[in-house]
Amino acid sequence: MRLLSPKQFQTHPGKFIALWADLTHVHALYQPGDWVSAPLAGNTYPALPAPGAAWFQRLAQDTLGCTALGTTDTRPAIEQWRAQDGTAAWPEFAKPEEGQHALALGPVHGAITEPGYFRFTLRGERVHRLETRLGYAHKSTLGLIRGKSPRLAARFAARISGDATVAHSLAFAHAAESALGLPVPARAVHLRAIMAELERLANHAGDLAAIARIIGSALPESRLALAREHLCKAAHAAFGHRLMMDIVIPGGIAGDLRSGGMAALHATLIALEHELPGLTHMFEDVQDHLATGTIPPALAAAFCAGGFTGRASGQPEDSRVTPGYAPYTDLNLHIPLAHTGDVAARTRIRLAEMSDSIRLLHSLLAGLPDTAIAIAPPSGTGAGLGVAESFRGPVWHWLRIESGAIADVFIADPSTLHFPLLEHAATTGNLADFPLILQSINPSHSGVDL
Amino acid sequence: MLWKTLARNLLTRPANPALRAKLARASTKKFGRALRIRHVAAGSCNGCELELHATQNLIHDLTQYGLRFTPSPRHADILLITGVAGRNMLEAVRQTRAAMPDPVLVVAMGDCAVDGGVFKTSPMVSGGGDAILPVDLVIPGCPPTPAQIIEGLVGLLGQHPIR
Ligand code: SF4
Repeated sequence: MRLLSPKQFQTHPGKFIALWADLTHVHALYQPGDWVSAPLAGNTYPALPAPGAAWFQRLAQDTLGCTALGTTDTRPAIEQWRAQDGTAAWPEFAKPEEGQHALALGPVHGAITEPGYFRFTLRGERVHRLETRLGYAHKSTLGLIRGKSPRLAARFAARISGDATVAHSLAFAHAAESALGLPVPARAVHLRAIMAELERLANHAGDLAAIARIIGSALPESRLALAREHLCKAAHAAFGHRLMMDIVIPGGIAGDLRSGGMAALHATLIALEHELPGLTHMFEDVQDHLATGTIPPALAAAFCAGGFTGRASGQPEDSRVTPGYAPYTDLNLHIPLAHTGDVAARTRIRLAEMSDSIRLLHSLLAGLPDTAIAIAPPSGTGAGLGVAESFRGPVWHWLRIESGAIADVFIADPSTLHFPLLEHAATTGNLADFPLILQSINPSHSGVDL
Repeated sequence: MLWKTLARNLLTRPANPALRAKLARASTKKFGRALRIRHVAAGSCNGCELELHATQNLIHDLTQYGLRFTPSPRHADILLITGVAGRNMLEAVRQTRAAMPDPVLVVAMGDCAVDGGVFKTSPMVSGGGDAILPVDLVIPGCPPTPAQIIEGLVGLLGQHPIR
């Protein structure tokens, strides 16, 4: 952490990732893990020019009453229930102009999905503008984490976003371990990476199945949904939970690989490996249906987009490599890259990531070290940052621990930077394309609403 | 075994008579007309949605039990709630219920929807589906597995249990 003056804080160069505040300071995080802070002046700080900062500034206003001086976006982030009470006004959505009309979607959706409210401004079928209102999944998770020990609080970190439960638990554990100077046994490091790659595979398979369903490709849909089911079953056999919740904990992992788990994982991986080339061909055949929802590389760069959404728009960063963490530093990751930034590119990147995850899993399973799986965190004091690459991109956790209890916490899911990109991507297609575009990015509502 | 039976009796509350009649009609034509489920995510972590999706894959295939999801509340018989019923979702859940024709079976799925789950002490959480609507069936678990979800729903409908 580097302490800056408010002026330096505002003009700090770098690729912006996250901003948060505590009672005395405002903090900002830049790629690849450059953490700077400035003192708050009467609960205010200068607004940052980075476009990605807007949502974080709105959140700091809603949760702590910290005001970003000079910001143009003063909409609430999560507190729209106050607007219903009349105690605070949710600003109106942009008014449609002559020849346009507005359409509201959500927070209850037709499909099985998370709650979010989408307001479209349309010109005929064409999407002219999309405005997103979030906060419907707000559970005050950060508040629940404060005051608890890292081990107790890990249950909440695991539920920031259920589909990225391993990645969030891992980033949380990394932050606690960095704050307390805690070394992690080698076997735990390996098994954590095995779980993280399984999670990546399962989510890519599930999302690609949903994409296939939306464009009406029944065969890849059912095969990928089946692949996801087999991966969840293997995860259950190996770790005792289909989503592998609550297994990564500060100091290691909560349970070792179960007997029969290794065989179940191998069988599933080999079956999926055989399926992948065929599935990739099927998606190549329907590329024409997927040429929509474009995020130009310049926009992705401005928002420092991570994960497959960033990599499909020319952003090569992967937190497994930069800043990097064990055991990936020795594994020679293959990071796929595309530049067209449309649904087709995101689909291709996901398929390529799946085959690399299978390769990583084989080598991780082959070289499993024989050590303990966890050590108990000491009751120390310190602050630390932790990162883990979820299937969506990097999740960052920040913790300040005092005498063994968490005094303060912030969590940044990559979806926070993906929603503004979704708002743009929607305008490159028709209204009918929106479900496909949304599914191809699949930002987490719970991860943003916190 | 004993705790399982106990748990089932504790957790599965009886449906109201009008509903039971409706379900009986549906089950006489067992696979004639599927009962339709309207899902509302009321502040979940999205883990429950993943497993809800999985009930539809080729292995679990919810439709074989005469159940399927519908996007329209007007066509729905079952309102299935996931998540903590956060303050921001209360009105949306109420409106979804109001849009459904009576009688409606309300199912709270996942620990969050049962009683708030791990989030139950949060000030932003109203403590599960029961806080908004009377709940007919709770399916606990974090998240419940697809088999548990189907077992809960089918058990309530008085159809054959899954093997
Ligand atoms: S019950 Fe568990 S899996 Fe379901 S929404 Fe709540 S925390 Fe997530």
